[in-house]
Amino acid sequence: MSDRPSPDEGLSAAELAAKYGLAVSGARPGLGEYVRQLWGRRHFILAFSQAKLTAQYSQAKLGQLWQVATPLLNALVYFLVFGLILGADKGMGQEVYIPFLVTGVFVFTFTQSSVMAGVRAISGNLGLVRALHFPRASLPISFSLQQLQQLLFSMIVLFIVAVAFGSYPRLSWVLILPVLALQFLFNTGLAMIMARMGAKTPDLAQLMPFVMRTWMYASGVMFSIPIMLKGKPEWIADVLQWNPAAIYMDLMRFALIDGYGSENLPPHVWAVAGGWAVLVALGGFVYFWKAEERYGRG
Amino acid sequence: MAEALIPTVIADELHIVYRVNGAKTGKGSATAALSRIIKRGEERGVRKVHAVRGVSFTSYRGEAIGLIGSNGSGKSTLLRAIAGLLPAEKGKVYTDGQPSLLGVNAALMNDLTGERNVILGGLAMGMSREQIRERYQEIVDFSGINEKGDFITLPMRTYSSGMAARLRFSIAAAKDHDVLMIDEALATGDRKFQKRSEARIRELRKEAGTVFLVSHNNKSIRDTCDRVLWLERGELRMDGPTEDVLKEYEKFTGK
Repeated sequence: MSDRPSPDEGLSAAELAAKYGLAVSGARPGLGEYVRQLWGRRHFILAFSQAKLTAQYSQAKLGQLWQVATPLLNALVYFLVFGLILGADKGMGQEVYIPFLVTGVFVFTFTQSSVMAGVRAISGNLGLVRALHFPRASLPISFSLQQLQQLLFSMIVLFIVAVAFGSYPRLSWVLILPVLALQFLFNTGLAMIMARMGAKTPDLAQLMPFVMRTWMYASGVMFSIPIMLKGKPEWIADVLQWNPAAIYMDLMRFALIDGYGSENLPPHVWAVAGGWAVLVALGGFVYFWKAEERYGRG
Repeated sequence: MAEALIPTVIADELHIVYRVNGAKTGKGSATAALSRIIKRGEERGVRKVHAVRGVSFTSYRGEAIGLIGSNGSGKSTLLRAIAGLLPAEKGKVYTDGQPSLLGVNAALMNDLTGERNVILGGLAMGMSREQIRERYQEIVDFSGINEKGDFITLPMRTYSSGMAARLRFSIAAAKDHDVLMIDEALATGDRKFQKRSEARIRELRKEAGTVFLVSHNNKSIRDTCDRVLWLERGELRMDGPTEDVLKEYEKFTGK
């Protein structure tokens, strides 16, 4: 309409674009291309997660010491309530129950905070999404990575607690690494699913704390599922034990705690742990990518 | 000369609509919100803002295009749509390469040191670690942050607003672009820094295929642009050589 006269007069916009090899701005790349772009941004993803982590406590006087102090205080509160007041340590001695509880709290918090950060990954960073170009999956991945680093600080506390209650380092501690890797995959997938849903419906940020708390109490963070549900139909315990949060907690306890043997684990536990991780990570990634070009709409 | 016209950005009947949650006209009370949820249907409780309405234009390599219009006329929205950052409601934008917005503010964190923000901002714009290492000193020198002492190792929240703005501009301007879009970036810093940034913009223009500049300062539009798009209420009101459009615009604004 208001174009200048040119030899291309009469061509429609689409034909003109095709003639000079112009591409639609903001179109969603193919899945392979998307993965490649994401890999190209790996340094940004890592730097962003570390920056978020550092910024968290930069105003506090004790600074980064809070990375360790926060989980320690958390564990202390749960011990006070469930260990001393409620006596939820049925079927376990104190030397098993306390590391059992602390492991449960930390491992579950890892998933919980990844989900919560995931919900706000896009909706809480609209400024960034509207100003710069990058594969949007960088954000949920970066937030899960931040939570992983946070968990590594918590692991220091966890090791101290384990040793203090008589579980000394042994070969099975090596299993911590695959457990963490699988749980990280699972969390990242979940964060991506939540990120897409949260981008469309920011209200999820208000709703999720209740969902997560229900999930926490159902996953046996502070009690042993088979012992608590004795006498109830067996399928309830089965369902609860096979939920991913319970699986990763149990595996971590099995790896870490001396008196928590394989009799506490459901059958095929590693296959289930791996299955959840791969299913949710791949499914979440594809689900997130499908809406790539729509993130950032007001 | 006609053969030399190579298009870099084509906008074709572009419409952009913002959706704002919870800004529906009328009652904002909890009961009103509840009844909206119950009545469901066509996206209730969501107010639509039609920010850009059917804009079409083609820009060519080597052009510097100014965008003018009163506040809220859709200039920034249009830039974001060209950059592919805001999805189009209707119509399409075709671009050559990846247009980039000169704006890195959103990636920076006030609680981090200037040093870390330079690295983070560079990575966010898609620079590699090596590129950032190469340009790091350049960025810091250009910002002039260290002229009054070692400020780059302090958190950005300790900077004065002028210092922070200078660092942001320096980071944003450190990258080379195909199609570059500048949104009111020239108004930051003191007189000395403004001169320096104008020079940097001219440099960027030479490297970039096409430059878009949003500004309310008609003088800086005259200095840098050869073509101007005038937006009013989301519609393209005029498109032509700088002088012609500015004359009409100045008549319109009553200068």
